[in-house]
Amino acid sequence: MIELINLMSEWAIPVVIFFILSISFYKGIKVYDVFVEGAVEGIATGIKIIPYLLAMLVAIGVFRSSGALDLILDLVAIPLQRIGIPKQVIPLSLIRPLSGTGALGFVTDLINQHGPDSFIGRLASTMQGSTETTFYVVTVYFGAIKIKNTRHAIVAGLVADLVGFIAAVFICQLVFG
Amino acid sequence: MLNKIWFAMIAIGMVVAAVNGRMEEVSVAILQSTEESVRIVIKLIGPMSLWLGLMKLAEEAGIVQGLARLFKPLAKVLFPKIPVDHPALGSIMMNLSANLLGLGNSATPLGIKAMHQLQSLNKNSETASDAMCTFLVINTSGLTLIPTTILALRVGAGSSNPTEIVGTTLFATACSTIAGIIANKLLIKVGSLQI
Repeated sequence: MIELINLMSEWAIPVVIFFILSISFYKGIKVYDVFVEGAVEGIATGIKIIPYLLAMLVAIGVFRSSGALDLILDLVAIPLQRIGIPKQVIPLSLIRPLSGTGALGFVTDLINQHGPDSFIGRLASTMQGSTETTFYVVTVYFGAIKIKNTRHAIVAGLVADLVGFIAAVFICQLVFG
Repeated sequence: MLNKIWFAMIAIGMVVAAVNGRMEEVSVAILQSTEESVRIVIKLIGPMSLWLGLMKLAEEAGIVQGLARLFKPLAKVLFPKIPVDHPALGSIMMNLSANLLGLGNSATPLGIKAMHQLQSLNKNSETASDAMCTFLVINTSGLTLIPTTILALRVGAGSSNPTEIVGTTLFATACSTIAGIIANKLLIKVGSLQI
């Protein structure tokens, strides 16, 4: 199965590029000129995102390094353990929406400590793979188009994260427990 | 919302740091975060330029519009306010496909492209539209068929069966995405009642 998945990942991008270029060329589009014209926007878009991302990463950095995240963790740990969430993965549920690299580091530690095929290893893998870094996505996607009023998007994103975590615990206990 | 969250995270963090005596860690973290933000964007610019170039071609060749039409049945439910042949739907479909295949580096630029196109339909350019919120939630909920990063990590850690988490991940991410879409629809309703 891993071979098939690797094969799909390896082929996807080249196939899409070949497909787009061939159709464009067939339709008589000046492929090189138009490609470059589009690609140049990538630089400006990237630069525009920097201030938004910087602001968000600084706030997350302060919040984590000060120990404030650990305080919240202490508050939620007991109720979360009550509903059957193993205590080793509880920090992951708070880090995951905030920091992609932070969460990946945490999962790597868990997998190294408990082994990739342990229950904790499988659960942490499922949690890491099943949701995205909500604050990163909000910052980058809305920052790129200068949205100031995000309305309910953050709340809905966090609801999705919470449901994803509970679903991960539930399905892992069912399948691997 | 972001103004309050941003201020609260920094203010609470600083008060806690003062009490805990962790000011040194905090000042290191602040400088490291600023460097990290530029590093992330530098890494993003390459794939973003590639995909924006390809998307420009795909638009001129009519491929994006074709994808948008394929996406019609689902788009009617998820994005009822967007015209059925609008290129934004094509970009959204490209972004979702990249996410499903676990190509995160390609999904982000395609998502930004889709946001730009959604912005052209937005009445108030500083306020997120319903479609933008729906699209954002689908992305934050991490809808994927192949969790590439975690599979690589498990292979690296010597797992005897690295792909055994694909099924559980699919279940969890499907629950997360459905919950996000429902929460989003409910919050849109609540918001419109207030006005």
